Amino acid sequence: MTARPPFLAKLTGRAEPDATKRRWRRYPIDPAAWDELCGALGTGLDLVSLWGEPGAVHMALREGDEAVIVTLPCPSGRYPSVGRLHAPAVRLERAVQDLTGLVAEGLPDARPWLDHNRWGVRHPLWSAEPVAADGAPYPFLPVEGEGLHQIPVGPVHAGVIEPGHFRFTVNGEAVVRLEQRLGYAHKGTAALMTGAPLAHAGRLAGRISGDSTVAYALAFALAVEEATGSQVPDRAQWLRGLMAELERLANHLGDIGAIANDAAFAILHAHTGMLREQVLRASHTAFGHRLMMDRIVPGGVAQDLAAEGRAAIAATVGHIRRVFPKLVEVYDETNSLQDRVVGTGVVRPEWVNQFATGGFVGRAAGRAFDARRWAAYAPYHSLTVEPPVFEQGDVNARVWVRIREVEQSLTLIDRMLETLPSDPILAPLGSGPAAGPETEGAALVESFRGDVFFWVRVTAEGRVAACHFRDPSWFQWPLLEAAVEANIVADFPLCNKSFNCAYSGHDG
Amino acid sequence: MANLLLQGLLGPLTEPAPDADPAASAELARLAAEVGKAARRRLGRSLSIREVDAGSCNACELEINALSNSYYDIERFGLRFVASPRHADVLLVTGPVTKNMRQALERTYEATPGPKWVVAAGDCAGGCGLFADSYACVGRVADVLPVDLHIPGCPPTPLALLSGLLGLLEVNQAPGRPLSARQREIGS
Ligand code: SF4
Repeated sequence: MTARPPFLAKLTGRAEPDATKRRWRRYPIDPAAWDELCGALGTGLDLVSLWGEPGAVHMALREGDEAVIVTLPCPSGRYPSVGRLHAPAVRLERAVQDLTGLVAEGLPDARPWLDHNRWGVRHPLWSAEPVAADGAPYPFLPVEGEGLHQIPVGPVHAGVIEPGHFRFTVNGEAVVRLEQRLGYAHKGTAALMTGAPLAHAGRLAGRISGDSTVAYALAFALAVEEATGSQVPDRAQWLRGLMAELERLANHLGDIGAIANDAAFAILHAHTGMLREQVLRASHTAFGHRLMMDRIVPGGVAQDLAAEGRAAIAATVGHIRRVFPKLVEVYDETNSLQDRVVGTGVVRPEWVNQFATGGFVGRAAGRAFDARRWAAYAPYHSLTVEPPVFEQGDVNARVWVRIREVEQSLTLIDRMLETLPSDPILAPLGSGPAAGPETEGAALVESFRGDVFFWVRVTAEGRVAACHFRDPSWFQWPLLEAAVEANIVADFPLCNKSFNCAYSGHDG
Repeated sequence: MANLLLQGLLGPLTEPAPDADPAASAELARLAAEVGKAARRRLGRSLSIREVDAGSCNACELEINALSNSYYDIERFGLRFVASPRHADVLLVTGPVTKNMRQALERTYEATPGPKWVVAAGDCAGGCGLFADSYACVGRVADVLPVDLHIPGCPPTPLALLSGLLGLLEVNQAPGRPLSARQREIGS
């Protein structure tokens, strides 16, 4: 991936990464090492996440096959900003500042991000001091220039979508700048999970972003299982994979139609909407919930595949196989639709590499990363996942990644149904390595949208001592701002839908 | 393309269609017959809905969006999602009302002309407590706006949403007045 000598080997002390089992070990480092790492970010060293807790700031990093978490103690409440050298960290550091009060020294944009002055409390994850909830106005970036005007949109949008604010500056028809303001869906989920018993925390994890409830519940479960040294029964692992692929299928089908719909091509939306509904109904038959919420729990799965579930899933997969190619043909051969999607909202390869952008946004611009292949968590350790990669980075390429992934998910589901071992579905959690009263674990899971990172510290009594999660959208939202520049305002919905970033997942 | 268009003309795909779930089809057919009368009596032929996500996890929105697919086809009942509260009769609100969304929710309500109803959709909106203790959440829609109907579920299924909304059409009371216990149970 990169010609320079690997950075992370210095920390891990291993000449070769442990490629068979990617564990996120945590290493304390000093400010000099922190600075050195910050300088190397984006050059084959990916920033996976950044978060704070009282008196310390953590970074999760990935380099090739190696993955580590580094911790910089900062009892004074200040640390050298990562965002000053590596732009993708800026919003994460603004969030750290809002939640913990840790100050990133040198942060180029220190405006609040999640905190809208409405909570009645400041720095809820550390000092939690009461303040007036006065809703002081947010300073948007200044705009100067002739002939410019602004269009504010949201947080209540025209469609049935999540809340967020978009501030467009336009010149005639062309977007000169988009500035996003997020945080409207912030529910304090990490704080609610902290101190909660694992079962309750798992329910909350499954509601961080409802469209990715399976992926989040799985990421949380894998992190907890690593922390507690638990073994998950084989059958549970395969059922988890089955749910994850059904979730991916439903979301991609919905997205493909919704993108076409934003180009006023409703017939595709109608057809993929029916396929999506069939997947949800099959999921309900198989697992008792249309979105499969609360089905994945630490230690396994809470519910086995229902007797009629296998047939329902197989029938749905068969039907999609027959119908979907015709829909793809319509998508590909309708000139009026192609005219809207080709060359629209272009994301450049250097952006996705810098931001380590996952999911269809990354893969549509040449970045082949897929956590199912990289982390090879069960059951993907014994399946082949070949991420579809396109180079153009436009709306069309993001649709094509989804099309290919729909096809792959159908194949994966077939394989999973064939393989499904007959084991128990749930095992008691282990007691963890005898390292101390608290143990930690982390996981990277591929949701339909991209890689979800989850880190958790578990107490000996089975409660969450601390946790952090990072939605794939953190590294996609900023690229949407860049991708719509010089596009016309009327193409924004199309660009936005092709990104389909999470609001709730991002806001936490 | 031509085949696809033709397929759309050959016969409606709207329920009753899926063999997988006959109970749902029967329920939809019954509801369709019922609402015809109620809607016309009260509102002519339509009820316009403005959806407001007040900080949901987005799963409630997924199921609300499903109401527009060809299986449920909510528009055949005269129920329509509109882009502005100015055009709305009903605010359909989801989520535990985050403190960051409270003002936007209140403003949306103010922008909605009377007579108007507020429907709280989902367990969060009804105050299930999962997010209620958070520093960042108000807890339930009824703490912010007068709620006429709560449709439970996490998330409520499209059928639960549909029966709740159709139940609302049957209400013959003036908007804003509390519903009877029976009417509150509609959709649960
Ligand atoms: S009720 Fe459930 S599905 Fe709806 S917003 Fe709340 S957690 Fe999400």
